[in-house]
Amino acid sequence: MKKKPDLLNTARRGVSNWLNQEEAPLERGMLAAQQRPDMEECLPADETARLRMEEEAREEEEIAQRLREWNEKKGTRISSGIYGALCVLICVTMICLFLYTVMNLPSFGSAQHPINNEVSARYIEKGLQETGAVNIVTGMILDYRAFDTLGESTVLFTAAMVVLFLLRLDAHSDRYSDLARAVRENPHHESYYEPRSDAILQKTAFVLTPIVILLGIYVVLNGHLSPGGGFSGGAIMGAGLVLYASAFGSRSIRRFFTYKTYQRIVLCALMTYALSKCYSFYTGANGIHSIIPLGTPGAILSSGLILVLNICVGFIVTCTMYAFYAVFRKGEL
Amino acid sequence: MTVVNELMLLFLIICAISVSLTRDLLTSVVIYMSYSMIMSIVWITLESPDLAITEAAVGAGITSLLFFLTLKKIHAIDARNEVRRAQKAAEDKAAHDGGAEDEEKA
Repeated sequence: MKKKPDLLNTARRGVSNWLNQEEAPLERGMLAAQQRPDMEECLPADETARLRMEEEAREEEEIAQRLREWNEKKGTRISSGIYGALCVLICVTMICLFLYTVMNLPSFGSAQHPINNEVSARYIEKGLQETGAVNIVTGMILDYRAFDTLGESTVLFTAAMVVLFLLRLDAHSDRYSDLARAVRENPHHESYYEPRSDAILQKTAFVLTPIVILLGIYVVLNGHLSPGGGFSGGAIMGAGLVLYASAFGSRSIRRFFTYKTYQRIVLCALMTYALSKCYSFYTGANGIHSIIPLGTPGAILSSGLILVLNICVGFIVTCTMYAFYAVFRKGEL
Repeated sequence: MTVVNELMLLFLIICAISVSLTRDLLTSVVIYMSYSMIMSIVWITLESPDLAITEAAVGAGITSLLFFLTLKKIHAIDARNEVRRAQKAAEDKAAHDGGAEDEEKA
């Protein structure tokens, strides 16, 4: 009973201190927990009381020990058992649900499929006439749904920007330049990031790179006539650039492709795309009529804007793919 | 054609399961590449060559390449090489020591 007013007093003082923002109660508690051994010295001198307190302390110790043992032996076993059982249960439930849903889907290619509505009928019947693209898919994604593709290109560009923010080492910056300067000045460090001059890889790349890039250009330019288009052709061209860079090192690719080239190409391509598609906002956003005549379907120079947009998307994707590679590899373009 | 199609789907399932069951990260990336290649063939049989081209270029090419670079960046590939080099050096040293002891004996 003697201690109670003391506790109350300390509590009141603690609250008032906390209200006056002098110290936080939690920190006080932690401090007190750290200083506990010192407090044992000021125990009551009474022999029986001390014995009782020691007994209590021993009991507490025993309980803690038992709890620890239970945790080590049974607790982990029970919790891991529950975890495993729940894992299996949830996985099996999800698999059953998905399989049930898939079973109820309309069968592939059936006439009663909900996608066989007036929209796809319009695309198939009038697509060639309205867009001038023999490849209906390209006609859809670059004419009827060109805004979606603009968004996709912007997403890709944003992803490249974020990768540059996170991984680029700027040798001219003051704060983060130690690592970059070490990479640039120390030749041993440089050789770590550069590929070893591998004869097999270099000969293969020497033959393959022009073919890969030519195939990419073909896929981009033929996007409105044959399968493919800006995105896939750009990815193929980017793969060709990556092959060249990984075989001959970044020093030889910097002769024609630097960070400035990347910026200019991507900016020009995105601006061309955005301007050529956004002007329809100002004409009432009711369908997009191409300024360029559609031409005869099947010829290379046909289908109006689609060819231009394909080339833009191809440039963006090529540069972004190579930028991903270079930044992941070395931290700079 | 249906036999080929079903075989492809079977390979797809096997690849998908073995990607998650492989412990070695490099191996699982290679299996993931083959998954993308099989997927692009499946796209062709489903009559969507556009998707097949994109899948082959992005899924099997660029994505796996970025995975490889990331593994190199977190030293998952280097560590393996280091371990192998250390093992080889230890073996060489053991062979060298054994040879030296033999010479001494002779």
